Amino acid sequence: MANALDPHAASATKASGLAPSGPLTTADGQPLTRALARSSRRARRRALLLVLPLLLFILITFVFPIGQMLQRSVKNDGFSANMPQLSAWFDANDRSVEPDEAAWGALAADLQAAAEARTIGVVGTRINYDVPGTRSLFTSAGRKVKDGVEPPFRAAMLELDEKWGDPKLWSAMREASSPYTGNFYLAAIDRARDENGSIVQAPEQQRIYVKLFMRTFWLSFVITCTTFLLGFPIAHLLATLPTRKSNLLMILVLLPFWTSLLVRTTAWMVLLQQQGVVNDILVWLGVINDNQRLQMIFNQTGTIVAMTHILLPFMILPLYSVMRTINPSYVRAARSLGATSWTAFRRIYFPQTLPGLGAGALLVFILAVGYYITPALVGGSSGQLISNMIAMHMTQTLNWSMAAALAALLLGGVLILYWVYDRLVGIDNLKLG
Amino acid sequence: MKRILVLSTALCGLAFAAQAQNKEVNVVSWGGAYEKSQVEAYNIPFAEKTGIKVNMIAADNPATPLKAQVEAKNITGDVFDIELSDAIRLCDEGALVEINADDLPPAPDGTPAKDDFVPGALQDCAVANIVWGTVISFDTTKFGDNPPKTAADFFDTAKFPGKRGLPKNPKRTLYLALIADGVAPDKIYETLATPEGVERAFKKLDTIKKDVVWWEAGAQPVQLLADGEVTMTTVYNGRIFDAMVAEKKPFEIIWDGQYMDFDLFAIPKGSPNPEAAMEYLKFATSTEQLANQAKWISYGPARKSSDALVGKYQDGVTEMGPHMPTKAEHLTTAVYDDPEFWADRAAEMTEQFNAWLAAS
Repeated sequence: MANALDPHAASATKASGLAPSGPLTTADGQPLTRALARSSRRARRRALLLVLPLLLFILITFVFPIGQMLQRSVKNDGFSANMPQLSAWFDANDRSVEPDEAAWGALAADLQAAAEARTIGVVGTRINYDVPGTRSLFTSAGRKVKDGVEPPFRAAMLELDEKWGDPKLWSAMREASSPYTGNFYLAAIDRARDENGSIVQAPEQQRIYVKLFMRTFWLSFVITCTTFLLGFPIAHLLATLPTRKSNLLMILVLLPFWTSLLVRTTAWMVLLQQQGVVNDILVWLGVINDNQRLQMIFNQTGTIVAMTHILLPFMILPLYSVMRTINPSYVRAARSLGATSWTAFRRIYFPQTLPGLGAGALLVFILAVGYYITPALVGGSSGQLISNMIAMHMTQTLNWSMAAALAALLLGGVLILYWVYDRLVGIDNLKLG
Repeated sequence: MKRILVLSTALCGLAFAAQAQNKEVNVVSWGGAYEKSQVEAYNIPFAEKTGIKVNMIAADNPATPLKAQVEAKNITGDVFDIELSDAIRLCDEGALVEINADDLPPAPDGTPAKDDFVPGALQDCAVANIVWGTVISFDTTKFGDNPPKTAADFFDTAKFPGKRGLPKNPKRTLYLALIADGVAPDKIYETLATPEGVERAFKKLDTIKKDVVWWEAGAQPVQLLADGEVTMTTVYNGRIFDAMVAEKKPFEIIWDGQYMDFDLFAIPKGSPNPEAAMEYLKFATSTEQLANQAKWISYGPARKSSDALVGKYQDGVTEMGPHMPTKAEHLTTAVYDDPEFWADRAAEMTEQFNAWLAAS
């Protein structure tokens, strides 16, 4: 950078030459601070170029889609984009104004236009999210008003179907007339808006999401604990056995890790189902009767067992990498100073494994919170997690806004836990390997 | 750098040109024995006749990828085999190509297509190929001399012990509970439209909730029954026929309270090969092809003129007539799919159904 063609460099040299008592300069007479900044800027630019592909990759495949999904959770223009006149009326008149003839006229005109453009289904679907059972109201009205509606519009629309007079429907249309809404977040915590726009609890038989969020976090916690209980001794063995034996053990840990997720899940189905291997053996041993076969899969037990198995390596590997670095002489020293083996373990060995334990627990927990295929296959009805509801809204009901709201809440929950963890343990103490 | 750019552009262009010449059509269907029947009856003769390659893609329910592709505005399939309620819904949303009934080939005797298809089989944007039923099936070895006969028996676990298989959706479970509870088949939707009716259905389902193994894909219930995981299950009638006749499994069908539905072919707007797709759709829903399909699976053809041509199963022994869901005595207590009802209520019912499932 600092070449003779650079006018700034030239003038700097001149200036320093005239005033010998100025700031520190380099050999060619530039101010030292500027030269330093220049060279470090250059290094930074080079570094940026190196990570640029990765940055772009993350931006395109991670930040951008997630941002889009989050936007969907508050934005749904299915109604506002296809019912422009009525949306304009809602904008101009606030909630206290009863729908007048102008509003009814706008409704009829919009319905007719939407029916012609074949977007009436989109409009109906949007309102159906808030007021179930209204989709056909829109589609059938669309078919009937295709040839136009004569004024007075209110009477004409009510003649088509009395449901058009429902205040709840008008309230829902008002909510939907703005493309941005928080209603999907309300629905995601089992709340809804009544006809006055105030927030109320959803009917009892439809409350499901809060319960599933709690269950998801509880099951993830249980799975984290079981992976710890099972993984800790294995990691310890791996770290302390002679290399040949520990390598063999490591392969046993890694082999299932490399096997397809679906294969492992299906294997558990074969093992645990009522006519499966485990039940067969128990019956053969005479532990249980043939008609008392245990229900070990297609319920919560199935979800916990299969997910513990699948997530186990994520606990073992960080623990192992930390245990390898623990100097055995500390425990020996403790023992020689009179500690029992339990005290030596509790006060000397275990605290040193904490960074690995923290990393493993965080990995397992966060993975478990978002798991979906395993609970879908082996969870039955009681082992379903919130991710299964997200998948349902993504693929079946196609209410992507709802799926996005649920996903955002899940993401928020994980971030809060991460923050709590950072406060309690400190992220700097993590050791991933 | 520039050279590489030019070269790669040229190569891409070549690849596109090659693709355009090799005409093909992507058909998304339900997999399993049903897919096989379509490959045999439609795809192979179609490829022979037109030289267009048919790619078969399997899905648990083809409407699911279709909706997702439409929503994401990235359509990769050309022809989708979907259910009535989905066909109507997607048509209303402007996602499907409209199909003119006059463009479809007439019956061999010259009857125009719109008179030849059974009522409901021709929609604005979709053409039915089969009529099919969801039926109850049981393992005959489990119940001896006194086998179950009715939908009510399905819910009687005292008299007919063992686990039950049911699909994990409200559409094909609630109606069955109501039938078993004594609601007449033609009053099902009337009852389900009221909160009390829905509650009644869930109450009935409650009686067997702990005994139910839930299935999602069409091939699962057959597997559950064959594994002995359940003694009785609801199942698509063609799938269980395949297990009974082709694989000689000791299963029996209870036709009481069967749920009748169409499967329809639809073409999404913006599909990669629209002309080939339309050609395929016309060919597959012609009289002869529909009749041929019945040779491979026991689903009823959607054209009246095909009925006369339905003969024996591919084994050459089994008469297909008695296995058809459309046989007169199988229809006495049948419940027909109500697309309007489900287009309206599916989201709400699914939510309620999931809440019911999650409550233990």
